[in-house]
Amino acid sequence: MNQRIAVTGIGMVTALGFGAEANWAALAAGKSGIRQITRFDVTGMRATIAGCVDLPGDEPGIPLSVSLRAERLGEAAIAEALAQAGLAAPFDGPLCIGMPPVEIEWPHRGSFGASRYPDLIEAATGNHALYEEYLFGGAATHLAERFGTKGVPQTVTTACASGASAIQLALEAIRRGETKMAIAAGSEASLQPETLIRFGLLQALSTRNDAPEAASRPFSLTRDGFVMADGAGALILEDEHHARARGATILGYVLGAGEAADTFHRTRSSPDGAAIIRCMARAIEDAGLTPADIGYVNAHGTSTPENDKMEAMATRALFGDAPPPVSSTKSMIGHTLSAAGAIEAAICLLALRHQALPPTINQDDVDPELGLDTVPVSRPHFFRAALSNSFGFGGQNVSVVLGAA
Amino acid sequence: MQAALKPVAITGLGMASSHGEGRAVHAALLGGAAPILDEARFAPYPFHPLPPLPFDKAIPRREMRQMENWQRLGVYGAGLAIEDGGLRARVGEMDLIVSAGGGERDWALDEQIMAANPDEAQRHRMLMDGLRPTLFLAQLSNLLAGSISIVHSVGGSSRTLLGEEIAGAEAVRIAAARIATGSSGLSLVGSAFVAERPELLLLYAMGGVLHRGAWLPLPARQGIVFGSAAAFLTLEPASGTNNPLAILRHVGTDQGPPAGRPARLAALIAATPPRRAGCMVISTASGVRDATRDELAAIGATPDLFTADLLGHSVEAAFPVGLAFAALAIAEGRAEQVLVTGTGQWRGEAVALLEKPA
Repeated sequence: MNQRIAVTGIGMVTALGFGAEANWAALAAGKSGIRQITRFDVTGMRATIAGCVDLPGDEPGIPLSVSLRAERLGEAAIAEALAQAGLAAPFDGPLCIGMPPVEIEWPHRGSFGASRYPDLIEAATGNHALYEEYLFGGAATHLAERFGTKGVPQTVTTACASGASAIQLALEAIRRGETKMAIAAGSEASLQPETLIRFGLLQALSTRNDAPEAASRPFSLTRDGFVMADGAGALILEDEHHARARGATILGYVLGAGEAADTFHRTRSSPDGAAIIRCMARAIEDAGLTPADIGYVNAHGTSTPENDKMEAMATRALFGDAPPPVSSTKSMIGHTLSAAGAIEAAICLLALRHQALPPTINQDDVDPELGLDTVPVSRPHFFRAALSNSFGFGGQNVSVVLGAA
Repeated sequence: MQAALKPVAITGLGMASSHGEGRAVHAALLGGAAPILDEARFAPYPFHPLPPLPFDKAIPRREMRQMENWQRLGVYGAGLAIEDGGLRARVGEMDLIVSAGGGERDWALDEQIMAANPDEAQRHRMLMDGLRPTLFLAQLSNLLAGSISIVHSVGGSSRTLLGEEIAGAEAVRIAAARIATGSSGLSLVGSAFVAERPELLLLYAMGGVLHRGAWLPLPARQGIVFGSAAAFLTLEPASGTNNPLAILRHVGTDQGPPAGRPARLAALIAATPPRRAGCMVISTASGVRDATRDELAAIGATPDLFTADLLGHSVEAAFPVGLAFAALAIAEGRAEQVLVTGTGQWRGEAVALLEKPA
C-alpha cells in the first residue's frame, strides 16, 4: 500500500464565497452561486451566466485579466490553507497548481491604438508589467514568490483535470521523498468574453440564461451544458510523520490518485468509457482500497449531456449495481475548470469531516437511465473514503481518493 | 529541488527544426552550422523558420483540421521519437508529459477587430461571428498532449506544464524521477515551439527580450531570436533497455527571484555528479542579457554549443532540444559526457548530465 499523505490545511474561494467552511455551509444548504455575468457586456452571447467571483479592480468593460484574477483567487485559497496548517511564508516545499493558459486580452490588445500586429508589437514593446501578467508561468511564479515556495512551481494544465493533476504531482513529490510538504492547488478565472464565446461555439455551455440557479443540473434529463465559474482551491499536503511531529491537526488524507489518457476524441470519452473506468480504478488501487471502500463519489458531473451519461455508465461499470452516492457540486458552484479538481477534493475532505454528503441541486427531473443516487438534498452519511473525478477536454482524466482523519 | 536518479535511459529522439527532421540532420549540426534564417517576414525580428515537413503523412486529415502548426509540429515530433525508440507497440502504457505555451490565434480576425476599433459590444459581436469553433481546441495548451494521445494512441498518463523555458526542464525532471523511482516504466517528454507567430512576438516584445536587427551569434547577441523546433525524448529504465542512446544521469531545476540566480545556478552545478575531462557543455541560453550572463558565469567555461545559435530559441522546447543534442553527441561518439544548462529568460534554472551507456 502506498504511503498516505496528510492534509493539514484547506482553502477555497468559489462563487459561494471565500473560505472553506463558508463554502461548506452554502453547499450543505444547497445554495447556487450561478448568476448573470455583470463584469462585461454579454449582449448576443449564447451563455450569459456564470459562477462569478468579482473582485475589487473589476471595472466596467475592463475586468481584471484571467491571469490577475487567477493569481488573486489562488492567493486567497493558499493563504487560508497555510493559516489553517499553522504555517506561513516561506513554505518549505513546492507549489503544484492547476492554472489556465493565458494571453493578452482584448481590453489591452485594443488599448494601444494599433490596427496591425507589427504596430501593436512596436507600441507594446517594453511593457514589462503586461509581460509578467501574460507569461504562461507568470501568475504561478508570483504566487510561488509570495509564499516563498521551494523549487520550480509546477504549473499544470490538463484542462478540467488540472487541479487534480496538481494534487497528483504534489503527492508524487512527497512519496519520492523530494519534500515533506507541498501546496496542491488549482485556480481558475477563464471567464472572459473571448473564452465564453469560444466555449459557446463548441456548444458546451448551458444556455438556461433566464434561470441561472437552475442552469447547472448534472444528471437531470434537461441538462444542456456546463456553466463556467471562477474559483480556487488549495490543500496543504504533508508527509504524515512530519505533520504529527510538528503537532499539526490532520484534517484528512489524500490516499491515492490515478490517471488515464483517453485516445478517442478531444471532447468526448471513448464510447465504452474505458479510460475513465481505468482512471477511477487506478486511483482506488493506488490508495490500497477496493471500490467497496468508497463511500461517496464527487463526480466530474459537468451537466453536459455527454459527460454525465458516460460518467454514470463508468461508475456503474466500476462499482456494480449498488454504486455509492454520487453528487456533483458543480450544480452549485459551476465548472471551475483548472480549479475544479482542487476545489472538489477539498469538498470531499470537508464532507468526510462533517460526515455528510453535499447535494446535487436541481434534481427535479433526474435521468432515470443513469441509475445513480445523486443526493438531491444534503444528508448525514457514514463513510471513510471518497473518490473525486476530474475528466478534461483533451482526454486527460484524473481521479483522487480522499480519506477521513 | 533535486532528485537523485537511478539510471534512466534515453531510448528515442524526435527532432524537427529549421534544418529539417530526424537524428542524422541534427547530428550533422553538432560541429557547428550556419543558421537558417528569415530576416524579412517579421523584421526587425529575425527567426529560424519552420521548414516544410510532411505533417500529412503522419497525421490523419480529420485530425489536421483540428490543429494549427504548433500542435502539428509537436504531434509530428512526438511521432518521430516513438518511431526512433521502436516503441510503437507500447504507446498504450506510455506516460506523456509536455511543456507548452499555447496555440495560434486567428491573426486576420485580430487585425480586423483592431482596425475596426469597435466598442465592447461590437467587439464581442465580431468575435462571435468571426471565430472558428475548432480554433479553440487548436489553442488550448493541454491539447498538444491531447492531440499526441489521439494521433499516436499514447494512453498512459497525460500532463502539460506551463511556464516558458523552465517548464521544459521541469517536465524532463519529473519524467526522469518517475522512471527512476519506478512509478513510470516508459515516458515520452518534450515540447514544440512555432516561431512564426505575431502574438508571441507581442508577448516577448512586451518584456523587451527580443533581439532586433541583423542576426548575431551568442553570446554577442543580447536578446532572443526565435526558432521553430520540436524535441521529444523517450525515457525508460536503463536496466530494461538494449542500446540506449544515452543515460540521463541527473536533472536539477530551481527557480526564484533573479537576485538569487547566480547562487542557485552555482548550487545546481555543485549538486551535479562530477564532470570528467572532455565533458561537452551545451547551453540552451535564450540570449536574454542577464539570464545568459549568469548562466555562462556559472558554467565557468565557454559552452561547446549554443542550441539557440543552431536552431533559434524555442522557449518551452529549448531544454528538451539541448538534451536531444546531448544524447546525439553521445550516440555519435562525439562525447562520453555532456552537461546541458538552461536559464529561463525571466525565471528558472536547470542543469542535466548525460553519459555514455556502460
